[in-house]
Amino acid sequence: MAEPEYILLRHRNIPDLHKLDVYRQNGGYEAFKKVVTSMTPQQVIDEIKASGLRGRGGAGFPTGLKWSFLTKGVYPRYLTVNSDESEPGTFKDRELMEKNPHQFLEGVMITAYAAEANVAYNYMRGEFWDIAVGLDQVLAELRQAGLLGQNLFGTSYSLDIHNHLGAGAYICGEESALLESIEGKLGQPRLKPPFPADKGLYQKPTVVNNTETLTNVPMIIARGAAWYKTVGTEKSPGPKIFCLSGNVVRPGNYELPLGATFRHLIYDLGGGVPGGKKVKAIMTAGASSSVLTGSDEILDTPMDYESIAAKGGALGSASIIVLDETVDMAWLALKTSRFFKHESCGKCTPCREGTYWMQSLLERMNKNETVLADVDLLQNVATSIGGKCLCPLGDFAATPVLTSIKQFRADFDAHAKDKKAAAPAGRPAAARPAPAARAAPAKPAANKPQPTPAGD
Amino acid sequence: MLVDKYASQIAAILARYPTDQKRSAVMPLLYLAQSEYGYIAPAALVEVGDLCDLSPTEVASIVGFYTLFSDASFGKRRMQICTDLPCALRGAEAFAAEVCQKAGVKPGEITKDGEFLVETVMCLAGCDHAPMFQVQDANGIHYHESPSIDQPLTADQALAIMDEYKRTGKSS
Repeated sequence: MAEPEYILLRHRNIPDLHKLDVYRQNGGYEAFKKVVTSMTPQQVIDEIKASGLRGRGGAGFPTGLKWSFLTKGVYPRYLTVNSDESEPGTFKDRELMEKNPHQFLEGVMITAYAAEANVAYNYMRGEFWDIAVGLDQVLAELRQAGLLGQNLFGTSYSLDIHNHLGAGAYICGEESALLESIEGKLGQPRLKPPFPADKGLYQKPTVVNNTETLTNVPMIIARGAAWYKTVGTEKSPGPKIFCLSGNVVRPGNYELPLGATFRHLIYDLGGGVPGGKKVKAIMTAGASSSVLTGSDEILDTPMDYESIAAKGGALGSASIIVLDETVDMAWLALKTSRFFKHESCGKCTPCREGTYWMQSLLERMNKNETVLADVDLLQNVATSIGGKCLCPLGDFAATPVLTSIKQFRADFDAHAKDKKAAAPAGRPAAARPAPAARAAPAKPAANKPQPTPAGD
Repeated sequence: MLVDKYASQIAAILARYPTDQKRSAVMPLLYLAQSEYGYIAPAALVEVGDLCDLSPTEVASIVGFYTLFSDASFGKRRMQICTDLPCALRGAEAFAAEVCQKAGVKPGEITKDGEFLVETVMCLAGCDHAPMFQVQDANGIHYHESPSIDQPLTADQALAIMDEYKRTGKSS
C-alpha cells in the first residue's frame, strides 16, 4: 500500500527530513521567514483562527483564539510547549520530535512570533532524555544557521528556544502544573483564573500549546487557512495523529483527517483484533477516557470532537486503546486506578483520597474478596471525586471506572463473593484463585485501609 | 563539588532562565547531581540549593515529588518495565515476570551483582512497541523496544541488553 501524503508525519514521505538541509530543500523555515518579514503577529493569529485549528493535546480548544487572549501590553511573554505526553496510550509527540523535529520547531517559532515571545520552553517528560539530547543538537544547529537568535532575518525580532525536562510526573501535562514545574516547584495545578494567557510562566502572559498542535502551524502558514479547512470536518478541520494501541494487530501512529471512523482505523489500518476476536470496548483518549462499547454504532462513529462527545466520550489526545472480548473490565478499572492513584499530586483531597480508595477496592475486587455491594461503594467513591478538584485528574480517575461499571456491570459483579452466577471467562487478573465460597460478611469491610501493592 | 567540576555546564543551565528565576534551574541541576553521585545525597541538596537560591528542604521536596529523582542509591542503574494498560494488553506483565525470574529478582529488587534495580512502571509512551523498558543510569535515560511491531521484544533479548550494560556500561 502506497504511503498517503502526510501533513504532520511528513518524514514518512520524505527521507532524512530530520536533517536541516533536507528540511530546507522542502520549503522548511520559509513559513517562519514569511511571518517574521511580512506579517504582523495579529495577522498570524488571524490566519490560525481562520484555519479552525484546535488544540491536539486533549481539550480541543481553538488555537488562534487561545493566542488572542494574551493580556495586551504586558511583556515579556512566553511560549511553553506541552511535550509531556504522559497519558497512557499516547505516543505521537514522541514520533514528531524524533523524526520530524524541524516542522515541530518551526511551529514553535511561528507561534512565539505570534505571541510576541522572545523565549520558548519545550517541556518534555524526563523519560524523553534521548529525544531532548537530539533536540538540543537541532537547536544548536538552528542558532548556527541564524534561524534562532538576535535580529532574525534582519528584523528586530529575536527568539531562543530551550528544552526543559520534567522528571516523572503525569500531572505536569496539566498546563498550570507544567508552568509550576518550569518555575522549579512541585508540579501541582494552580487555581484558575487567572489563566496562563494572563498570568502564566513567571506570572507573565503565556501561551501553552501541545507539540502536535504546533506541528500543524507551518503547514497552515505555508499553504493557507483555506487549504487547511479542506481536510477534516467543518467543525474539526485538519489532520490528527491517532495513537492506536492495545488489542490490535498493527498498533502505531496513524495520521488521518478528523472524522475518519473507528472501524477504518481499527480494522482497515490496524488489521483488526488478533485472533479474530471481537472488540469489547474502546478507550478514545487514553486511560482517562470514557469506556465506549465495541458496538457497530460506536465503530461507525466519525472520530472528531463533536461526534465522539455525542456518544458520551471525548476525542482528547486521540489515544485509541482497543480492548478485546477477553478483557475483564474490573481488571481494566484496576489498571487505570493504579495509574491515577500513583499520579495524583496530592493537592486536592477528593482526588488524593478517592484514588486511594478506588484502587484499594479494586485490588480486593480483583482478588475476589469483595461483595456485590462493593460495586456500589466503588461507584459512590468515584462519583465523590468528579468535579471537585482543581484540575481534571480527579475526573480522569473516576471516568473509566464509572463508565466501565455502567457498560459492563456484570464484570464487576462477577468478582463478588456473594454473587449468584458463575464468573465469565475473563482475563485472569487475580493474583491468586478465588477463595472458597463462604457467608458474606454483614457489612463490606471497605473502611479498612489496604496496603498499597509493590510494583507500579 | 559540582560547581568546580561542571562550572560551564552549570552556567549554561542557569542562562536558560531569567536571572531573577534561578529556581527554574533546580531540576536540570538535580539531573546533573544525580548523574555525578548516582543519587541525590543530602550533601547534593545543599549544593544544588546554593546554586539556585533554594533551601535544602525545598530541594528535597522536589526530589520527593518527581519519581526520576532518587534520594537512595538504586545500584548502578535502574531498569523500568512498563506494565501499564496498553502494554499489559500486549503481554507486558508476563514479559516483566519472565525478565524478573531470569534476572533472579522480584520487582523492586536490585540484582545480586548490584547492576540493576528492576521495577515495573506506569506508561512510558511506547505503547505501540510493547513490551518495552527504559534504563536510567549516570548517562541519562534510554528506551529499549523492538523496532518492529511484528517481532515484540522477548525476555531473552532484554537479558542480553542488560548483559551489554554490565559489560560495556552502555547499550549499543
